[in-house]
Amino acid sequence: MSGPAGYLSQTGADRDEMLKAIGVDSLDELFAQVPAAVRLDRELDVPPPLGEADLVRHLESLAARNAAVDTELSFLGAGIYDHYVPAVVDTFLSRGELLTAYTPYQPEMSQGILQAIFEYQTAICELTGMDVSNASGYDGCTVAADACFIARHHTGKTRVVLAEAVNPQVRQVVKTYAPGFGMEVVEVPHDGGATDPERFAEACADAAIGLFQQPNVFGVLEPAPDLAAAAAAGGALAVAHVDPVSLGLLEAPGNYGCAMAIGEGQSLGCYQSYGGPHYGFLAARKEFIRRMPGRIVGETVDLEGRRGFVLTLQTREQHIRREKATSNITTNQTLLALGGLITLCWLGPQGLRELGETCLALTAYAKERVGLPLVFDRPTFKEFAVRTPIDAREVVRRARERGVHPGYPIGRDYEGMDDVLLVALTERRTKEDVDRLAEVLAEVSGKTKDGSWS
Amino acid sequence: MELIFEKSRPGRRAGRPPRPDLPVPALPEGLRREQPPRLPEVPENEIVRHFTALADRTFGVDTGFYPLGSCTMKHNPRVNERAAAMPGFRDLHPLQEDAGAQGALELAWQLQEILAEIAGLPAVTLQPAAGSQGELTGLMLMRAYFADRGEERDTIITADTAHGTNPASVTMAGYKLEKVATTDRGNLDLADLRAKVDERTAGLMLTNPSTLGLFDEGIEEVAEIFHSQGALLYYDGANLNAVVGLSRPGDMGFDIVHYNLHKTFSQPHGGGGPGGGPVAVREAIAPFLPAPVVVRDGEGFRLDHDLPKSIGRVRGFAGPFGVFVRSYAFIRAYGPALREMSEMAVLNANYLLARLKDVYELPYDRHCMHEFVLSARALKREHGVSALDVAKRLMDFDIHPPTIYFPLVVPEAHMIEPTETETKERLDEFVDAMRTIAEEAATSPETVHEAPHSRPVRRLDEVRAAKEPVVKHDFGEAKGLVPAAR
Repeated sequence: MSGPAGYLSQTGADRDEMLKAIGVDSLDELFAQVPAAVRLDRELDVPPPLGEADLVRHLESLAARNAAVDTELSFLGAGIYDHYVPAVVDTFLSRGELLTAYTPYQPEMSQGILQAIFEYQTAICELTGMDVSNASGYDGCTVAADACFIARHHTGKTRVVLAEAVNPQVRQVVKTYAPGFGMEVVEVPHDGGATDPERFAEACADAAIGLFQQPNVFGVLEPAPDLAAAAAAGGALAVAHVDPVSLGLLEAPGNYGCAMAIGEGQSLGCYQSYGGPHYGFLAARKEFIRRMPGRIVGETVDLEGRRGFVLTLQTREQHIRREKATSNITTNQTLLALGGLITLCWLGPQGLRELGETCLALTAYAKERVGLPLVFDRPTFKEFAVRTPIDAREVVRRARERGVHPGYPIGRDYEGMDDVLLVALTERRTKEDVDRLAEVLAEVSGKTKDGSWS
Repeated sequence: MELIFEKSRPGRRAGRPPRPDLPVPALPEGLRREQPPRLPEVPENEIVRHFTALADRTFGVDTGFYPLGSCTMKHNPRVNERAAAMPGFRDLHPLQEDAGAQGALELAWQLQEILAEIAGLPAVTLQPAAGSQGELTGLMLMRAYFADRGEERDTIITADTAHGTNPASVTMAGYKLEKVATTDRGNLDLADLRAKVDERTAGLMLTNPSTLGLFDEGIEEVAEIFHSQGALLYYDGANLNAVVGLSRPGDMGFDIVHYNLHKTFSQPHGGGGPGGGPVAVREAIAPFLPAPVVVRDGEGFRLDHDLPKSIGRVRGFAGPFGVFVRSYAFIRAYGPALREMSEMAVLNANYLLARLKDVYELPYDRHCMHEFVLSARALKREHGVSALDVAKRLMDFDIHPPTIYFPLVVPEAHMIEPTETETKERLDEFVDAMRTIAEEAATSPETVHEAPHSRPVRRLDEVRAAKEPVVKHDFGEAKGLVPAAR
């Protein structure tokens, strides 16, 4: 007898005593309610157990077969970015009380996490210029579907208008959800890398929602205030999908007429982690408060008049309202959102502005330095598109052999862009890194040292 | 205590992003932010103290016993955290070329295979972000499956004991909802079902064991009723912790299954998330799974985006990968002994049930699976002490209350799920606390009414919070500030 398996604690003596207290002779008696025909009469066919040291060695061997930022100089972005995660984020996301708590249904037991969510809501409202934020959504894609659901019920209309320059993953998720909402999706093509407000206005006439991204998928700064006005002119709710890192420099969507602001929170406080878990944020003007999906924390007082925090407006939610709920969401991304809050506290308004300026400066430098033609001659924030003399996927393959991942070949998502590479810069890259990128791009694109094409 | 915003003083700061010696280009007119966001201006030591205080005022599984029914608050092994933080996983970009992500893809593929074996169904998507998104994905799969067959079906049936997510998912997926009753033994009412299932029925959503913690003894007939009408069965995996390695949803007759990686497979709940909600399906439904899926090609692995019948994408990238790492590590620590995990979850629950049923009412007098529901109805009738009062008093014993007032079919409900990882001594402490509270209800009911007595705040005015919602800090602009709690 080698003792209880895995993380179990019951010894043979414990088991005997417990079975006796229950009044049965064996465990089997407890499972008598499971019909014999649906019981599994063999052992599960899964790999054998590993002790902790062996488990770590096994996982290390898997991790070693990934080219992460520790082994490759990467300029990948397209929605997920290699921003710096402050050490204090690690400190608190591994605090056991926060890590292992459930949704704070019992407020007296959960004032810490409730206050943290209230502070997160405040920070998101400050960033976006909105009145109300929920406690987080799954990611930057699903919050776009949430915004559509709100718009469907608020406006009574069924058309979703998406700028084509919105991240393709976001658009794909909206298209997956829309039929269930009884909505149809229309996309507005970009004109030279940005969305034309007039075309956007035409599409938004009598629509429920007009969604654009700032900066857009090409890294280009959209004429966001004009797009918001264009959506609103047609009676649609204007919704901006924004990069939170940009909001120290760029105007808040709430200040140029948007009904809602949404986005991917990963850039603030989350590691890339091959795509998740991250968090999506969703903030809105106050008239939408009772249509918001998911958890919202509110301030109140206790019996003695002291300030405290509770989950509030729960009559919106599935566990109370069931089929009439504003969403089915229950588990969200609270711990990751907490990482976002801590990052914003660590940066402060000054740090957030400086971070944005660093992204702007490095990107401007890279646009000039890489020596490849820009696809769009427009202002950008932390990402830009260049044309490669050969297929961009081949450029990536060759550059990776030299230890550099030069960006995302966006021809996978946009027709006619097989020779386009999307290059992202964060504060984790340096001027020297950009120089190295330029060098490698020149080598693998067939450009010779004197600058002529071979 | 103060908000971090109230600790802010102009000019203070913690982080300093790099400032390369490069010119910063001007932003276009009209896009530049006029007023900076009022983020806290605080030094790092105050950040550390603030969030340390918030952690101190939060109760997790690490703090103590947390028998929150249907939430499976088991121990979260620390090696899983170490694994998720390995740079090769943590710092990997989701658009990395498949050739540069072979370790991650292999891990995801292995997890898919293991989950398929546990469900007894052949095909798995890891993409959904949580159980409720798994539900919605499942319903979208049903719609795509029937559309492909040219069938029009518009109704989903759920049990009256169902989690609220089931009916909410039905609405979001654009289906009509029909409810089926539960018998006195806690099984689905087969006569009621037969009357309701017809050619308009797309399927059933069921948790098995149910939210009463009871395995549906008529599950084979239930499956027969739906399948004979061409309808599908959806398994809500919220309670899968009861049956891993013991009984497989696919063998019970379910066609679509979601797992909660944050319940059964130990992803920490994080105060509300993250989670993971993979979905497994029968062969006939596999072509409709969200793209991409992870496939094995000879010795290598890749993301397959080429699924022409796919319902589309339900979330970014291939899913919450960090959650996969933790769940995979958890499963590998057990191997086939996952069965023992479920057996111990069931043993622990039945032990608590046996030791509490003489002081709290047991509405369904059967052995339970991994959880059970008691009623405080008698305490309320005799002493005016409600399920809520009992829950609040448990806090004074440093125990997190069970789920209360759910399922809706049981009045004054306490839904209790101890999980497999608790020692017998912890279970005995809980029994003692629950029995003491039942005595107090008779001898000093005000002690129970006024609980908790040991927390930073007393009971909070939830009506006020909902009536006059204050959902963000007012920066001193609004009147009526209330004093901070100690």
